[in-house]
Amino acid sequence: MSTMTTTAASKTSVPLPNEPKPRFRDLCRMEWIKVASLRSTWLVLLVAAAATVFINLNGVRSDLQYLDNDLAHPTQVLPNGTVWHFVYNPLFRSLSRIAVQLMMLGGAAIGALTMFGEFSTGQVRTTFAAVPKRGGVVAAKITVLCTITTVLAFVVALVSFLGGQAMVAGRHVGLSITDPDAQIAIAAYTLVVPVCALIGMLFGALIRNATASIVAVVAFLFLLPAFFGGDKYRWVVEVRHLFPDDAEQTLAFWHKDPYQTMGRWPAGHTHAWLVYAGWAVISIVVAMVVVKKRDA
Amino acid sequence: MIELTDLTKRYGDKTAVDHLTVTVRSGTVTGFLGPNGSGKSTTLRLILGLNAPSSGAVTVDGHPFTDRPRGLRHVGALLDAQDIHGGRSAVAHLKSLAVSNRIPLRRVGEVLEEVGLAEAGRKRIGGYSLGMKQRLGIAGALLGDPPVLLFDEPLNGLDPEGVRWVREMFQRLAKEGRTVFVSSHLMSEMEHTAERLVVIGRGHLIADETLAEFSRRGSQATVLVRAPEAAALAAILTAEGADVQPADSDGDAGGLTVVGLTAPKIGELAWRNNIMLAELATQNASLEKAFMELTADAVEYAAGEAR
Ligand SMILES: Nc1ncnc2c1ncn2[C@@H]1O[C@H](COP(=O)(O)OP(=O)(O)OP(=O)(O)O)[C@@H](O)[C@H]1O
Ligand SMILES: [Mg+2]
Repeated sequence: MSTMTTTAASKTSVPLPNEPKPRFRDLCRMEWIKVASLRSTWLVLLVAAAATVFINLNGVRSDLQYLDNDLAHPTQVLPNGTVWHFVYNPLFRSLSRIAVQLMMLGGAAIGALTMFGEFSTGQVRTTFAAVPKRGGVVAAKITVLCTITTVLAFVVALVSFLGGQAMVAGRHVGLSITDPDAQIAIAAYTLVVPVCALIGMLFGALIRNATASIVAVVAFLFLLPAFFGGDKYRWVVEVRHLFPDDAEQTLAFWHKDPYQTMGRWPAGHTHAWLVYAGWAVISIVVAMVVVKKRDA
Repeated sequence: MIELTDLTKRYGDKTAVDHLTVTVRSGTVTGFLGPNGSGKSTTLRLILGLNAPSSGAVTVDGHPFTDRPRGLRHVGALLDAQDIHGGRSAVAHLKSLAVSNRIPLRRVGEVLEEVGLAEAGRKRIGGYSLGMKQRLGIAGALLGDPPVLLFDEPLNGLDPEGVRWVREMFQRLAKEGRTVFVSSHLMSEMEHTAERLVVIGRGHLIADETLAEFSRRGSQATVLVRAPEAAALAAILTAEGADVQPADSDGDAGGLTVVGLTAPKIGELAWRNNIMLAELATQNASLEKAFMELTADAVEYAAGEAR
């Protein structure tokens, strides 16, 4: 008879009276534990960060020998008769392009991992059985992913920049952190990483397979833009300006060197920031829709 | 209580679950049986909202499960022991689940203890045996102390001691008034586990009744009889209208499988004909038989219909 009463009770006890209110921060904690408890996450992020800082500082160090020579003879007459004044670009080595690409790659890999790590293992079914409202899970993943990648990329950019400037400080060609150009470059160097992480997450959610998602996001970030090289046609240049790597270059460009140019039809800063924002929004919206609509 | 109403799921032109209407009651262990590919796992995924139904509806305790912001206090599920990221420890895995549902973290230790993984809890799940993963999946299902529990082939990979433990646990959970829905493709597994059966074949409902009712659907019970003078006995039993076959397991000791006569009747016939019996036993294979016959019918029926 106890069976009968419990049957009746379980029908009426919905929703369970003692159930605590659901909170978004609990989902963030879940995602944080998931990310933090995977060795591969830390391996990818720390290797990318260490390699980036190393490349940047080592680049500045290798500049030093030429720098002394150039500073000793700042004006030269080239064979064709033009006069050339030496200008040191304090960002070129300390926030170098190859290094930021490494960080972008690390970010994209982590972003993809947060999705394919769930889908390729079947873990996603366990996750969604615990949290049936999928939107919250995706939002929590995005929050955790962006926090980790932004903090790490900011530390890397700051260490690279300050370390690089300190090394040339004795030559008085360094840039202060209070300089707006420096600040924009650091912001660009930092924020491109979470943007790439979100793009990686999108590919992970679409493809769901580990290797295929990584290959696809690398091809998208670094291979595809190569098809839009040169500046013969305006539309080609304009397509190139839509990629995050190109936007990063636009923002980190050192305008005070008259001998450097951005090529024909350069993009402006606003355009570059909009490219960052656009990819972030597209990635979030599409990942959200795909994860909600498709069978787990 | 789980209510499936006209539930259908198609993958392309393959219908995995076909207009299934079933109520799974609380307070008993309900076995969910069907041959391979009959749609059991798909049905369980539909209950949890992991897959969206093509048509029809399913509710758990009166609500679609996907309407719940958090699930673990409502339904505990072990769908596939492999549905887990191998790179984490069991503790980290269960902790991540517990915090998402605001379940006190002491529950992690409790359920690990309960399933016998307290020692291995800090090791990587990737290194676990199938049985250990199965236990971890059960731990996850128990975490939120839910009124409804779903298990997909939970006995896979468990040792005999583990099988007994799981069966006792299911029965205890049901006695506490919970809904316990357990799938299997082996009747023998359900025989000692479930009180009710839901049987499907090719996504169709075949039976939804108690174990006793189900066993009556199958052909009559078979009787195993062993006698030194097996040939003589076989002739007598055949003359009485029974279907007599040599017991296939061992050719040595004159074993016969008899269908159509009860054990007392066979004993009486032997006694009257002065034949000594070495063994006389009613075989408990009728459930298995009923299952085989009914699902075989369903498969043929569905195949004919599809043409
Ligand atoms: N994601 C999917 N895409 C396409 N077909 C699927 C999918 N999932 C299941 N099916 C098909 O649906 C049918 C039912 O599969 P399901 O896994 O539900 O069977 P099952 O009863 O659990 O079988 P088993 O006893 O082998 O576990 C099968 O024919 C299967 O091929
Ligand atoms: Mg199955």
